[in-house]
Amino acid sequence: MEFLQDPFMQRALLAAVLVGVTAPAVGIHLVQRRQALMGDGIGHVALTGVGLGFLLSTNPVWMATLVAVVGSVAMELIRAYGRTRGDIALAMLFYGGMAGGVMLMNLSGTGSNANLTSYLFGSLSTVSDEDVVAICLLAGFVLLVTVGLRRQLFAISQDEEFARVTGLPVRALNLLVAVTAAVTVTVAMRVVGLLLVSALMVVPVAAAQQVTRSFAVTFVVAVAIGVAVTLAGTVTTYYQDVPPGATIVLLAIAVFVLFTALATPLARRRSRAVEAAAGAAGTECDVDVPATRRPAGDAAV
Amino acid sequence: MESVAEPVISVRGARATLGSRPVLRGVDLTVGRGEVVALLGANGSGKSTAVRSVIGQVPLTGGSVSLFGTELRRFRAWSRVGYVPQRTTATSGVPATVREVVASGRLSRTRLGWPSRGDRAAVRRAIELVGLADRSRDSVSALSGGQHQRVLIARALAAEPELLIMDEPMAGVDLASQEILAGTLREQVAAGTTVLLVLHELGPLEPLIDRAVVLRDGCVVHDGPPPRAVGQHALPGHDHVHPHAADEPLRTGLLS
Ligand SMILES: Nc1ncnc2c1ncn2[C@@H]1O[C@H](COP(=O)(O)OP(=O)(O)O)[C@@H](O)[C@H]1O
Ligand SMILES: [Mg+2]
Repeated sequence: MEFLQDPFMQRALLAAVLVGVTAPAVGIHLVQRRQALMGDGIGHVALTGVGLGFLLSTNPVWMATLVAVVGSVAMELIRAYGRTRGDIALAMLFYGGMAGGVMLMNLSGTGSNANLTSYLFGSLSTVSDEDVVAICLLAGFVLLVTVGLRRQLFAISQDEEFARVTGLPVRALNLLVAVTAAVTVTVAMRVVGLLLVSALMVVPVAAAQQVTRSFAVTFVVAVAIGVAVTLAGTVTTYYQDVPPGATIVLLAIAVFVLFTALATPLARRRSRAVEAAAGAAGTECDVDVPATRRPAGDAAV
Repeated sequence: MESVAEPVISVRGARATLGSRPVLRGVDLTVGRGEVVALLGANGSGKSTAVRSVIGQVPLTGGSVSLFGTELRRFRAWSRVGYVPQRTTATSGVPATVREVVASGRLSRTRLGWPSRGDRAAVRRAIELVGLADRSRDSVSALSGGQHQRVLIARALAAEPELLIMDEPMAGVDLASQEILAGTLREQVAAGTTVLLVLHELGPLEPLIDRAVVLRDGCVVHDGPPPRAVGQHALPGHDHVHPHAADEPLRTGLLS
């Protein structure tokens, strides 16, 4: 456990835990509303913010947050009001965001290619104290929303029209989900990188739901998987020279494969348990089936 | 407090256009307190659009709607209304239990607050009312179509509403579930709940219904006693989801 003495590693582990908690906590709502790839889109847009941060010599994390929030609100408005061309508008936003980021990075004197790579794929060794403060504050906001409003967010993702008829402020809550997703992207950016952020939002949720039946348990299991893989990935980078983002995502996918393999035997065991609980009676088809009425047979032709 | 005579639902000359096609062309609909009104008509006649306009989910291009005597635009007391949408096969991306789905119906009372002991009891009661108490911890995706429909009704009942609005609650529902639903509805009506429900035909709910409103091409063509079902439409278990051509004459007995 010598890595715990390293201040460098302490920062990295703290950031990793926060990412492991927040990414699946937001991801579950995106998966539920079938917007699993929204995190990817926000990641593209956030790169413009990183580029702006370098160009204006401000903290890229805060600038990326600002631009990602604006981008995610635009995406939500396109989803809510957009008609048939909505997907084209989203494509423009994604690719524009990515191209803009690369361009701005190049224009700024300080933004080197190495810097670009560290934001695209994550780089624990460059996480500063200032970054850790930003990550903590943003993660606090994300947890407040995803845990505090989980019933409301569940309702609007499950059935938006029904949620409106219960009088919930659906439009505001939809925007809040978008903003929270944007904030999560920038929280996770330093650890897994903008290109792999979405994986950490989606893969733990996909893995968890292989073995769960309820939203609440899926939430808890997904967060547990998120924390486990981000911690394991971070510790791995201490001993091996491997990129953290890729390591974490590959671990998450390994968990997904494992849970998928477990799903069938688990379902079988559950149904056996249900049968046992129902007792010997009631599970067999011992109910008398009334004899089917035979045709009268005297139908005149 | 509104007066006793005030109708629970009042729709006056409602017009709605979906995609450039007029779907409601001046619909009048009044439902009094404690009344059970069936909205009938062929597929595509505008029944769903009519009930969705009552709850403010379809913008009207003309006419007006009021609920409990309050103009819809200013209506806020959503916990008085229970809505059961027309069931779709689309499920959400994450597993959810019967209890979790039904609990979301209670949000009209708790809104942004935390659920109380009373809220949890109401959710449990609603699940019992539709006969799914033994399935409340199961995933909704493991249920049959009829059981899923019962979940949607329990979700509407969780808020203990005074007005139930149901869109084709019997469509694609197996006979056992139909009987349970009819029983649930009977209890609600006996307790004084007002009901507006879209039906393809009256079926096992017939004895409960006070009045029927028949739509055809977005116009009310009958408003009065429920038409007696004729032919095979009266048979229980008859397939409810078969398509009707828009111009097929309504086989409601009273009208043709
Ligand atoms: N979102 C929509 N956009 C365009 N047309 C629609 C939409 N929803 C319904 N319609 C049309 O409006 C008509 C009435 O639909 P609906 O109210 O669902 O009928 P019903 O419930 O009686 O079967 C149908 O012809 C349908 O095709
Ligand atoms: Mg309909």
